[in-house]
Amino acid sequence: MAETSTPRLKPRPLSPHLQIYRMTLTMAMSIVHRITGAALYFGILLVTWWLLAAASGPTAYAIFESFIGSLMGRLILFGYTWTLIHHGLGGLRHLIWDTGRGFEEKERELLTLATLIGSIGLTILLWGAGFMAIGGSR
Amino acid sequence: MSAPTNGPRQYRTAARRVRGLGAARTGTSHFIVQRVTSVALLVLSCAFIVIVVALTGRNHATVVQVLGSPLVAILMLLFIGASIYHMWIGMQEIIIDYVHDDAPKFTALLANTFFCVLTAVACTFAILKLSFGV
Repeated sequence: MAETSTPRLKPRPLSPHLQIYRMTLTMAMSIVHRITGAALYFGILLVTWWLLAAASGPTAYAIFESFIGSLMGRLILFGYTWTLIHHGLGGLRHLIWDTGRGFEEKERELLTLATLIGSIGLTILLWGAGFMAIGGSR
Repeated sequence: MSAPTNGPRQYRTAARRVRGLGAARTGTSHFIVQRVTSVALLVLSCAFIVIVVALTGRNHATVVQVLGSPLVAILMLLFIGASIYHMWIGMQEIIIDYVHDDAPKFTALLANTFFCVLTAVACTFAILKLSFGV
């Protein structure tokens, strides 16, 4: 767009800020997407610890195992699982939106709800399958 | 940067803003890379989850053997690389959304870069050590 010669006298409107909007599901999930992203950012430290411990030797690995095997560790791992799956499904939804599809009211609500239900469902399924497969025998 | 004051002089077109390369000085390339890594991560995260589940509760010797095997090591390296690149851009996005003053913004951006480089090198080193021994 070319600059016009006549100066614009009226100030251009600014976007209204967050607090004036009514909270909607898509808005909540957008915020959750960012929060889960930030959580995964720091979650990489757990992956780094795991890999370094494995590379360092049995003693270092035993320390990591005792942490991750504790109730606290298991809870963090459970949370990590849901966070990763939720952020992944949220990303998939954004990729669909990037193609310009899924913006109708029904579609976007459905996509958003599918992300939430999908992430919770898959997390429970994964942990259920994991417990069945491992069977506490190790 | 200080918030732009409203008025005719501050009016900038979309093209001008892009040429200015945005608050982090890197333009739209990050937007694209973020999507490329996200597509890769949809697949690599699944691989990562399978690897973690398969190794949960295994003893150290087994974990070392599996993580050091070519297929698993390559998938882990790709997962780490795509994840941390994606994380780096994502956190930068968050920082430039909420931190507007120069000093804290560039400090946070620097910390973000250091954190990502550090974790990437540490993870890569660990996987390579598991693969090649010593």
